[in-house]
Amino acid sequence: MSTPAIELTGVTKSFGGKNVVDRLSFAVASGECFGLLGPNGAGKSTIARMVLGMVPPDSGNMTVLGEPMPTRGRLARARIGVVPQFDNLELEFTVRENLLVFGRYFNKSAREIQALVPALLEFARLEGKADARVSELSGGMKRRLTLARALINDPHLLVMDEPTTGLDPHARHLVWERLRLLLARGKTILLTTHFMEEAERLCDRLCVLEAGRKIAEGEPHTLIDEQIGCDVIEVYGGNPHELSAVIKPYARRIEVSGETLYCYAPEPEQVRVQLRGRAGLRLLQRPPNLEDVFLRLTGREMEK
Amino acid sequence: MGEGYMAAMPTNGYNWVAVWRRNYLAWRKVALASLLGNLVDPMTNLFGLGFGLGIIVGRVDGASYIAFLAAGMVATSAMTSATFEAMYAAFARMDAKRTWEAILCTQLTLGDIVLGEMAWAATKAVLAGTTIVIVATTLGYAAWPSILYALPAIALTGLAFASLAMVVISLAPTYDYFVFYQTLVITPMIFLCGAVFPVAHLPSGFQSVAGLLPLAHSVVLIRAVMLERQADDVAMHIGALCMYAVLPFFLSTALFRRRLMR
Repeated sequence: MSTPAIELTGVTKSFGGKNVVDRLSFAVASGECFGLLGPNGAGKSTIARMVLGMVPPDSGNMTVLGEPMPTRGRLARARIGVVPQFDNLELEFTVRENLLVFGRYFNKSAREIQALVPALLEFARLEGKADARVSELSGGMKRRLTLARALINDPHLLVMDEPTTGLDPHARHLVWERLRLLLARGKTILLTTHFMEEAERLCDRLCVLEAGRKIAEGEPHTLIDEQIGCDVIEVYGGNPHELSAVIKPYARRIEVSGETLYCYAPEPEQVRVQLRGRAGLRLLQRPPNLEDVFLRLTGREMEK
Repeated sequence: MGEGYMAAMPTNGYNWVAVWRRNYLAWRKVALASLLGNLVDPMTNLFGLGFGLGIIVGRVDGASYIAFLAAGMVATSAMTSATFEAMYAAFARMDAKRTWEAILCTQLTLGDIVLGEMAWAATKAVLAGTTIVIVATTLGYAAWPSILYALPAIALTGLAFASLAMVVISLAPTYDYFVFYQTLVITPMIFLCGAVFPVAHLPSGFQSVAGLLPLAHSVVLIRAVMLERQADDVAMHIGALCMYAVLPFFLSTALFRRRLMR
């Protein structure tokens, strides 16, 4: 096994006396998509910024692409592509000019960059848009341009901070498809997200964070199997506490969050039988997902 | 000031050029408006004060008042163009437009960015200052070769004031704080540094203060070349401007690191 693309060992960072990242350790292997999953404020963005050498950790060790961070961050960043949480494209520039200007930050000549532009635009599905101003692009197009821009230095590692937040479902699926293509090309991806679906679809492994702490790590489906391992029935309506008393004998575990009751039942039919005939209830049976894992581990729902 | 500070320093002598070229590309799209905007104000001052006050004042330091004033206006416009570019425009790129954030994700360092911004602001100073020299020369208020010699003095003035403005934006929480620097530092300098009347007419206490201010050094240098005179202590004036260009650069880079990379 080659050296990991990213390795954090006991990394802590605090702002104003509050630990934003707390004794965090994880390693991302070359070629894998590793997710940092957690609600807003879990420390995901701080970790992404630390990986880029833009935030020095208070303690602990970090290496990225074999370079100790943040001291040799510049060398690591030369081989990293970044999709930041908030678009920071040049709005007054055209699509082509954005790539040109960004390529120059990597010491590329205008000729080298022009040679890369067609393939990058094709990848980003922005073929006819080379000379359109960025301010005229839709949100999804801007995100894809940001993705194309992140590839201008042919990076080994991509760091993506909430790459699909704020996109509509269609635009989101298009980005996911592009990311899978990058993984197929052997790129390593570090992805922060609060979308369970995104994490489940894309990540080979992920780390669930709460308040800067790692609360679980592993492959999405292994985590789901280990932590939940059975179907879930969501019950809406009625008094959740009264209902939970009724179905308790048939459930492995019950969680109440807001007005919803989550019943983890190896034999869901039994639960349905118990609830049959009660007015005003709506039942939804589904396979377990990462949302359930998060709920199980933290006792609360992930904020959307 | 440890390893982290060193990592924020410029990597080499040319990385900053990419930042300069980004700003140049953005400027090219609005060049005409920007040039006009930068020139109208100093030209108005030059002709308004030069002709108007010139009638009352007569000759100053052995030159017509307008010729005396022209050098002051060149230095002043270099100061203000560099200051405004480095303050408002660079602050926007650091803050609201997130341009610096994007650049920091590449192999450029904070020091590279600050250098590029300073070089760009100095370029705007050269554009504004040189145009006034050309106008003054065309009208016969300065000698033609002075354009050549004024150029480095204007560029150095631009760098010094860009460097100082970088410290201001590294500390200012919002745009609103720039007004303190403008009204308490920049505007008084115009009157203290011999731009509109000779420093010798100031009370002696003010004269010694003026000797410490960057604009005074640049006025002496630019006036000497435009009026084709021998200036005393040229090396000292150049040295002082270099100090103003270099020292604030290190300070602002450290302050930007504290502000942006924590």
